[in-house]
Amino acid sequence: MTNDEARQLIRTVLHQVAPEADLDGVAPGETLQEALDLDSMDFLNFVTGLHEATGLEIPERDYGRLSTAEGCVAYLASSGPRVG
Amino acid sequence: MPSLGADMEAGTITQWLVKPGDHVHRSDIVAVVETEKSTIEVEIFEDGIIDELLVHEGEKVPVGAALARVTTQTAGAAPGQPITVPLERAPAVTPVIGPEDRGTAPSPVTGPVPAALPVPLAASPPLVVSPIVRHLAERLGVDLSTLHGSGLGGTVTRADVEQAAPPARLEASRREPATGERGIRSSPFARRLAAELGVDVSALRGSGPGGAIIGSDVRRAASHPTAEPTLAVAPTMSPASSTAAENRQAAMRLAIAALMARSKREIPHYYLSTTIDLSAASTWLEQANLERPVTTRLVMAALLVKATALAAKHVPEMNGFMIDGAFASSEAVHVGVAISLRTGGVIAPAVHNVDRLSLDELMAGLKDLVRRARAGVLRSSEMSDSTLTVTNLGDLGVDEVFGVIYPPQVAMVGFGRPTERPWVHNRTLGVHPCVTVTLSADHRVSDGHRGARFLGRIDHLLQEPERL
Repeated sequence: MTNDEARQLIRTVLHQVAPEADLDGVAPGETLQEALDLDSMDFLNFVTGLHEATGLEIPERDYGRLSTAEGCVAYLASSGPRVG
Repeated sequence: MPSLGADMEAGTITQWLVKPGDHVHRSDIVAVVETEKSTIEVEIFEDGIIDELLVHEGEKVPVGAALARVTTQTAGAAPGQPITVPLERAPAVTPVIGPEDRGTAPSPVTGPVPAALPVPLAASPPLVVSPIVRHLAERLGVDLSTLHGSGLGGTVTRADVEQAAPPARLEASRREPATGERGIRSSPFARRLAAELGVDVSALRGSGPGGAIIGSDVRRAASHPTAEPTLAVAPTMSPASSTAAENRQAAMRLAIAALMARSKREIPHYYLSTTIDLSAASTWLEQANLERPVTTRLVMAALLVKATALAAKHVPEMNGFMIDGAFASSEAVHVGVAISLRTGGVIAPAVHNVDRLSLDELMAGLKDLVRRARAGVLRSSEMSDSTLTVTNLGDLGVDEVFGVIYPPQVAMVGFGRPTERPWVHNRTLGVHPCVTVTLSADHRVSDGHRGARFLGRIDHLLQEPERL
């Protein structure tokens, strides 16, 4: 998955979880949960959405790597071979 | 118009999903109502036949106004002489009994001795399916003729269709945005935004899933209005539309203000708080989630809500309604979950019968509820019948929450942020994950002693998470 694809996927999934969340308004390095006011349930829905779109298992210990938009992009992009 | 939350005064019918002559079944969704807070699917609480719709789409009516007439089977009547009852007031056909109506509603209609219903419902071979169910079957790709109806007279119910649907398809359909104006798929948020910004949804091309119109489409249209010669193109939001948005915000603020002021005026609150060691619960949760795929993973909030519901069974003074100065405890535990809306305000829809749900069922229910609340689509029964409310502001990072009770409920439980704290256990100082739980309770119904027992019970239950 390219960075652009990853970012687009994040945008799509975020929209399902929080329709009014605006990814473009999130400053680099800012955590998604804080910037978009996502609670733990929203965040789990977000991770679930990423899982459903990519098939990645995303264990709980990896949640920290998904805290920022850049982190998510890097995580999804680096998991390329498993994406189908 | 059902009371969809104690702070609701009026609602707008945005869409009827039934028409006169349609057969409806308990918990079928018959209409979509928009309130200041949310879009809500109104369920009907009785089997029957829609006789007449009394409110047009787009019309705003106060809580308590009759929406439709329904001929019920239990009300019974000789064929040709159906008893017609307004959707409100008569419990036999009330789509929802708001907390305000509880106990004060008139006794059920006892019409003439129930007689055989006019043919349709009893007719077996021609499959009887309500329009809603037929629509659902179409969407889910279920062949109705292969189903065995479990409803009255072999009627195929919503549940039958959902059971027969491929799980993936069902899941996907639940994620789809609601269909708004006929033929145009748009999210409730997009519709509301469109109304505020004065954008005609039917003129837009949707970029959402399945071509649905989403918020950003509306925003884009609003910022680049089509240059029609007759239309004075305003460079910014027109005064009229910004007023509409402000009005809605103001109306919601007023509704919350009225309810909270009433709570503080009428309910002598008392407050207790205690800090609970979450070591056992955290360890159990971590272990449980290791073996689970993302889709069935649990969050701590599910454990907290479950423990609260079970504790409420032990201390019934926390669970029920105060009506006309008398407390009626509730056998069922419907936990209202406070969910803040990013657009401002808060709603507390209910998860039903939490004490009887497994953690997995509760978790699925919570996820679904939060997702739908955020998307702005809730069901009438969820908005009206919480027996106890839990607020979990922990994610906002506060240590303690002292809640204001939602009348006519009598207790509110607040969980703060689970954090690691110095904790003495077995005379040893260690670092444990802890959460502070607070109780706001109605002193007319219980005293601090009972409240303390209630919190103690929650603590106790969380020490044995495997039994939750």
